[in-house]
Amino acid sequence: MDNARFLKLILGVNALIPLGLLLFDAATGRLGANPIEYFLRATGVMTLVMLLATLTVTPLRKLFGWNILIKSRRMLGLLAFFYCSTHLVTYSIFDKSGNLTAIVGDVAQRPFIAVGMAAFLVMLPLAVTSTNGAIKKLGGKNWQRLHRLSYLVAILGVVHFWMIVKSDLYYPALFAAGLALLFGIRLFYRQTAKKEGQKPGLAFRPD
Amino acid sequence: MRTPDRKEITPEPLYLNRRNFIRAGVFAGSAAVTGLMYRAYRPDSIAVAPEEAPQSFGELTKRSEFQANETPNSFEDITNYNNFYEFSTSKTAVAREAQALKTDPWSVEVGGLVELPRTYSLQELLNFPQEERIYRFRCVEAWSMVIPWVGFPLAALLDQMRPTAEAKYVAFETAYDRSVMQSSFSAGIDFPYVEGLRIDEALHPLTLLATGLYGRPMPKQNGAPIRLVVPWKYGFKSIKSIVRITLTDKEPPTTWNIAAPREYGFYSNVNPNVDHPRWSQKRERRIGEITMRETLMFNGYEKEVADLYRGMDLEKFY
Repeated sequence: MDNARFLKLILGVNALIPLGLLLFDAATGRLGANPIEYFLRATGVMTLVMLLATLTVTPLRKLFGWNILIKSRRMLGLLAFFYCSTHLVTYSIFDKSGNLTAIVGDVAQRPFIAVGMAAFLVMLPLAVTSTNGAIKKLGGKNWQRLHRLSYLVAILGVVHFWMIVKSDLYYPALFAAGLALLFGIRLFYRQTAKKEGQKPGLAFRPD
Repeated sequence: MRTPDRKEITPEPLYLNRRNFIRAGVFAGSAAVTGLMYRAYRPDSIAVAPEEAPQSFGELTKRSEFQANETPNSFEDITNYNNFYEFSTSKTAVAREAQALKTDPWSVEVGGLVELPRTYSLQELLNFPQEERIYRFRCVEAWSMVIPWVGFPLAALLDQMRPTAEAKYVAFETAYDRSVMQSSFSAGIDFPYVEGLRIDEALHPLTLLATGLYGRPMPKQNGAPIRLVVPWKYGFKSIKSIVRITLTDKEPPTTWNIAAPREYGFYSNVNPNVDHPRWSQKRERRIGEITMRETLMFNGYEKEVADLYRGMDLEKFY
């Protein structure tokens, strides 16, 4: 196994460890007094963690030249989508009893639900087009343009978290700060590239 | 440069072996760190079995009209899932953090518009005849429990104080000790925590000053040593660890109303027809149940308390 594949394996396994522990805790009754709420909160937080991890790949390549990470990026994005789907399914079944009308009503009435749902819907086409075939079909440039939507997904995700908190904004603020830092690094490189008259960004690499 | 001796070159199988060894180490190490991080964010319950907790209440009066006909939640759930923002904004962390609260000595200063203002020691408050009351408890966050409180009616205390004719409201204040209330800097609400009731609400027979639960003294995370319980209002009205009770002629300020006036009103009666601006109040998750159940008007105490609000627009006075 080459290093890139080994790294991918490590990142993938570590990303799924929280899910494994969550399921183990759920099966053994160790999620506390309100296990549904805990599961919902944990899968939501894991979605944000994976989204930020996906967006960390490019800054790490630019800062340290760790190009090997690019081979794991699509997987990280898919893991974000996976946690997001788990989050949405948990909410739909346990909070809304699988009642589609109730879910639609919730989206219409509750801005924080609408923002979360929007994040999921924007993620859908990104998840669907994360195959090699889709990249070929779309062409590298278009694919890259489409997948810039992941920035929007991350912003929506953090806003969704921010909106549900009652008063202690510590954790949402932590994610917002992380996201701001990642955007800051990108902006910095973009400005530098402009000054030097280069095209910003790294050469296209789907992986 | 000297060409290494053939003997000195690590043989390929050994080189690969070493690489596998390092990889296995990195793999296991990273997995362990991830696992520990997850554990750090999922604090374990403080396991306190009711039989291990100190017992101080003897035979308690159990008046049938105050026993919700429902199975109480377990002692473990009641004492490990708490909102007490002075200690932590995480409901599962409060049980551990709140153990720092010093409850001995404790006294409650009662005053304001009363004929007989004075400071009560905890023992004096425990001398009021204590009874058990099984009440539904509905949090504004749309979860609920059934709790077997121990306590005495607030009216019994107020009667001793003899409120004057001008007294229209009762204000309450929670103890505030920054040195042990570590979360109070970041919780996002002002402290000390304050609450209030209209005097007729305070005198209602359902309104309880609770000194314990499950026949034991009040656990710290539940508001030791004495707290308010107003079962037809959202849980945050039932102020914990009370040090001051003041009768006033004006509606007293209340903590959550100060923090977000559009979201939390002075009355905050449980009402499935008036949603929180950000979430629905129609249903609730009873702790211990998987699906949601319908929320009852005034938390199921409509028969007892509806008269207090006759003619009031409950959408306006939420």
